[in-house]
Amino acid sequence: MATVLERQIKMGDDNQNPMHPKLFKVMKVRKETHDTFSLNLEASDGSGGFHFQPGQFNMLYLFGVGEAPISISGDPGVKKTLTHTIRAVGAVTKGMMKLKKGDSLGVRGPYGTTWPTKEAEGKDVVIIAGGIGLAPLRPVIYHLLSNREKFGKTVLLYGARTPDDLLYVQELEQWRSRFDFEVLVTVDRALGKWQGNIEVVTRLIPKATYDPANSIAMVCGPSIMMRFTVLELMKQGLTQNQIYISEERNMKCGIGHCGHCQIEHIFVCKDGPVFRYDAMVELFKKRDI
Amino acid sequence: MTKSSFQIGELLIVELEHFQQLLDALWNRDFAVYGPTVKDMAIVHDEVKAVYDFPIGWTDEQEAAHYQLKKTGNGALFNYVVGPHTWKKYLFPPKVSLWEAKKEGALFEILPDKSSPPKMAFIGIRACDLSAIMIQDNIFTKGDYKDSIYLRNRKNNFILAVNCTKSGGGCFCISMGTGPKATKGFDLALTEIIDDKRHYFLFEVGSELGGEILSQVTTQAAGETEKQTVEKAINQAKNQMGRALDTRGIKELLYDNSEHPRWDDVASRCLTCGNCTMVCPTCFCSNIEDYTDLTGKLANRQRRWDSCFTLEHSYIHGGSVRSSVKARYRQWLTHKFASWIDQFGTSGCVGCGRCITWCPSGIDVTEEIKEIRRSVKVSTAV
Repeated sequence: MATVLERQIKMGDDNQNPMHPKLFKVMKVRKETHDTFSLNLEASDGSGGFHFQPGQFNMLYLFGVGEAPISISGDPGVKKTLTHTIRAVGAVTKGMMKLKKGDSLGVRGPYGTTWPTKEAEGKDVVIIAGGIGLAPLRPVIYHLLSNREKFGKTVLLYGARTPDDLLYVQELEQWRSRFDFEVLVTVDRALGKWQGNIEVVTRLIPKATYDPANSIAMVCGPSIMMRFTVLELMKQGLTQNQIYISEERNMKCGIGHCGHCQIEHIFVCKDGPVFRYDAMVELFKKRDI
Repeated sequence: MTKSSFQIGELLIVELEHFQQLLDALWNRDFAVYGPTVKDMAIVHDEVKAVYDFPIGWTDEQEAAHYQLKKTGNGALFNYVVGPHTWKKYLFPPKVSLWEAKKEGALFEILPDKSSPPKMAFIGIRACDLSAIMIQDNIFTKGDYKDSIYLRNRKNNFILAVNCTKSGGGCFCISMGTGPKATKGFDLALTEIIDDKRHYFLFEVGSELGGEILSQVTTQAAGETEKQTVEKAINQAKNQMGRALDTRGIKELLYDNSEHPRWDDVASRCLTCGNCTMVCPTCFCSNIEDYTDLTGKLANRQRRWDSCFTLEHSYIHGGSVRSSVKARYRQWLTHKFASWIDQFGTSGCVGCGRCITWCPSGIDVTEEIKEIRRSVKVSTAV
């Protein structure tokens, strides 16, 4: 017997609990820096294949310890392996740093909005990353490089605190050696043998070659870095709707229910994490919201 | 008069002496029946076993930071407004297990949940609280992802709404368009009337199930006099409304005034205790806590109510986004009255007044918003 309310809310399928993770197996652990590592994962039921779009994230669960939202850092073209790059900062991520090959991990996702890879076709693409912010942008780089003919000039501007904090050093060198991809790297401070740039990443923006009138910029890094990067890009002539940023907030569910990730009317988990800047410009003006 | 069922919209009279039959009809259908009862000198929601469990002869007196039960001696079952409990404790429980998992070697598996969905009857939901349930339905069941726990608990509900014939000091349901009369979302709604000679209830049938349940109770057709008496009684609640809120352009008002000095003022009074979020019938924030047993082989994830007044709520590596009291109070009020509209198409406030009554420093949301509006009017007039 249906009550009037039951009819009104049209009950969904009980069996699909969105809070249940899927089990994945650690295939490979790779140390990136002193506090950052990458995990290659495969579905342990052998179902194989994890589909995602660049910019999306998963909720990763470490048995008995908890969950954390982590963006996907692997190649969207390689379906078999799911890759995450994780910085050990809290109980969950520090625990994950101890994972070894063969260990298991819970995965819920993929969640969230994506980098504008379609919109960027036929245009110059400027990717600007600060610190661990390169991780959610790496899937875009893979996508650009395997569909190189679809895009104009491609640029990566990457800044880290010190040379030891640079992620994916080998890949950076590979990318830099290509003639069709401009890669500029900088650090805030350096000792010893570093011969590269020492300046903030925003200073690289005027040095790069791209057409501000016909380009798309994708930016991810600490909040202060994104603020100044956006200002510099606009100084170069980009408009608000050519700039995309990825936001970060506390998240407990990833599906718009827990309330933690709100920025005024936005739920970063489902309305983001990737936003076109014009949607954020008013919110950027407000403090502590 | 007995009939196999009543039609939706039919109005029937039940005398007090037959009210117990309604509870019996629900038990016969295997419902666990939850209703108002007096506990620790407050009217709360709990399982009721008989009419005698109801707050017979009690009423409540409410003002900012003030709640007091009083004896009236008139024998009414529903002569109070809303207490510290909301119905969300049954649908979106304060603490609930999301799932359990067992570890075997390097692998783990989630254990199947074998419990069956509860059948719950809620007696005495006020119009404001009924709106609050529909607001939470919106959050947990209308998006791309449905909350399994909420769906389970919400699935087999019987709802008996009670129309208000008195208002409390914190009430402003008229301003929020939610009460004092329940208009939808119920199986049955009643209005309680006590006059010189009689103590009776006028029932309105809201669903097929409501009609069937009511057919198990001794009823009589409602006369014109009784209908008029009920209308008058509900009007009385309208006229007594303790507070009012001007909601015109409220979203823009709050969005545009995020740096208004009133936020600093209220921050100096707010204790960030989170009481307002705990008594609010629509607040839905939750946190998840992880546990293991002593062997470390069995893990449990528990969801519990959270509050945006805590520092942890917005914590990301490096610190809290909303580290000041001002930022946290502004988040709560702006979410409730402004961003909620963008997110879910309705206000997050139903005007129940609980946050006013249960705030230990007596912060009154209607007053805070009025102050912001007043100064904006003044400044544009200049």
